[in-house]
Amino acid sequence: MSVTVYVPRDAAALSVGAQEVAQEIARAAAARNTDIRVVRNGSRGLLWLEPLVEVDTPAGRIAYGPVAPEDVPGLFQTNFLSGGAHGRLLGFTENIPYLKRQERLTFARMGLTDPLSIVEYAAHGGWRGLRNALALSGGEIVETVVQSGLRGRGGAAFPAGIKWRTVLNATGQPKYVVCNADEGDSGTFSDRMIMEGDPFVLIEGMTISALAVGANQGYVYLRSEYPDAERAFEAALATASQADYLGENILGSGHSFHLELRRGAGAYICGEETAMLESLEGKRGMVRFKPPLPAIEGLFGKPTVINNVITFASVPIILDKGAQFYADYGMGRSRGTLPFQLAGNIKHGGLVEKAFGITLRELLYDYGGGSASGRPIRAVQVGGPLGAYLPESQFDTPLDYEAFAAIGGMLGHGGVVAFDDTVDMAHMARYAMEFCAIESCGKCTPCRIGSARGVEVIDRVQRGERREANVELLRDLCDTMLHGSLCALGGMAPYPVLSALNHFPEDFGLSPASRGAGRGMTQVKG
Amino acid sequence: MSGSSARGAPHRAAVEDAIALHAGRPGGLMPLLHAIQEQVGFIPPEVLPRIAEALNISRAEVHGVITFYHDFRTSPAGRHVVKLCRAEACQSMGAEALAQHAQARLGAQFHHTSANGIRLEPVYCLGDCACSPAMMIDGRLYGRVTPERFDRLIKMLEQA
Repeated sequence: MSVTVYVPRDAAALSVGAQEVAQEIARAAAARNTDIRVVRNGSRGLLWLEPLVEVDTPAGRIAYGPVAPEDVPGLFQTNFLSGGAHGRLLGFTENIPYLKRQERLTFARMGLTDPLSIVEYAAHGGWRGLRNALALSGGEIVETVVQSGLRGRGGAAFPAGIKWRTVLNATGQPKYVVCNADEGDSGTFSDRMIMEGDPFVLIEGMTISALAVGANQGYVYLRSEYPDAERAFEAALATASQADYLGENILGSGHSFHLELRRGAGAYICGEETAMLESLEGKRGMVRFKPPLPAIEGLFGKPTVINNVITFASVPIILDKGAQFYADYGMGRSRGTLPFQLAGNIKHGGLVEKAFGITLRELLYDYGGGSASGRPIRAVQVGGPLGAYLPESQFDTPLDYEAFAAIGGMLGHGGVVAFDDTVDMAHMARYAMEFCAIESCGKCTPCRIGSARGVEVIDRVQRGERREANVELLRDLCDTMLHGSLCALGGMAPYPVLSALNHFPEDFGLSPASRGAGRGMTQVKG
Repeated sequence: MSGSSARGAPHRAAVEDAIALHAGRPGGLMPLLHAIQEQVGFIPPEVLPRIAEALNISRAEVHGVITFYHDFRTSPAGRHVVKLCRAEACQSMGAEALAQHAQARLGAQFHHTSANGIRLEPVYCLGDCACSPAMMIDGRLYGRVTPERFDRLIKMLEQA
């Protein structure tokens, strides 16, 4: 009887040898006349264990990892096709605590199946949300999403249903649905995992959005750094179209929705929604003034829903199981779950989907297992390159939009990057300014010039030139950028800089007594 | 007039194919430029007038778009392109030291090409942040890159 072996096709797994492992398993099985079926699944998100190989046994799926190609002969010798003992044996996949303790709603199917099999997608709960949505009016879909409390997962956390309602009520025609898949924040990869590991859920979520607001055309703006995601999603688009889930007259409903993928070209700023619209229109990715809101005048000047991949991917389960089911997860005004991404110097890096409210410390130690280097974790950057650096004293902050805003931080897209005690925070502050200078669209002066001056001022502080005066100047500069920039790039690049200054003054050659003495953090926008 | 110069260029067919496929699409300039770069390896400056004509926009606008995005090149990149991630997660796992090593190994700084045709580019996140440091070689992603692994991969490129 043929045994099914799973080897992920996720880019992270491929980056550490999953392709070679899959080939070696197939070759070794053929050499032994053993009949196996190799399925290339999505990743379970236990990325430190990649390549993670699973075997389907009558008792359940058994995991081995991380598996190198040279482990394969040994796996066959120890009879891994029956779950035999081996140095890489991890036991039943579902019982691995990292996975077992998660609350996977958006990532419910991740890693279970071949992500490009539309049959498997349907067999694991796919399209139920869409079918329910087809029986509702646009307004009813919108109200369901409003009631679920779902907020934008790209970082700004604006209530998705309210945005959809604005587009529904806008008079312009035609209307568009645009997915922001320009996942540029270091430490984030959940969008990539969805597009590679469960692409139909994004298609389903965007189609539901199109039904809600009355749009017939949608675009996914994907960053060019994700070629694996592009291939997977293009294949999923073709399959969904053939099966009548996209295109004219979806499932015979009379509704039409055409969806296209567009590739970015290596500009971080195009993750800002108005710069992304410019890029989709074939222009330089220059940030637009707001108002008008994109919901009123967005792509090609028409009403446009813009949401992140994870936002759209969370919609099908809401339409499937109801608004209340989703809203029952979370805390305060942060409802539902967030797929956190544990990255950087962390022992157990990967994807952790949990309801809002878990603390950073639980994430770093209960899931992450501490640093990869074994040294103390000294600083954690949450929310990407524009997020604050948090010291150990703030690790008990619950991961909740409002709780993070209260300490001058932000959850952003859920990326968590750990640094051990060898990190030089003045260097990281300088990098934040340098990154802003490289990626600034150049439209507004505080961002374009301020970031370049910021690098120079930090250089002077690091050299010890008139240190106190230059730190004062740096704080002034941050204040100007915070309040005077057009968008979040210049407006939030000061967060990592000021948090580094406030929490790690000794790295700037300042007295540790000045810790936390700084101004300019908590009173600003959240 | 502006079209005639491109018609004489060696990349004519690739440019005309890209125009036929993408010029009529809404916001078609980005896919069009990607298509040319995929075929030719870069965007030859002499084709700008033809692109501008096909899309009914100014040459300045085409030039503006090409120069705005990090991906688009107006000269050949080299035989191979190595993109090394320099963002925070990779930095936390030694990307700075790896960058120093890479530049020394290739004998080329970032944005430059080694004597044997390997281009080194910085990149700010490849989405492999739990397997840092990461890099991409000719579109293929590699994680947990140590200086030793870097050397092995470069050697394979050189021998290919």
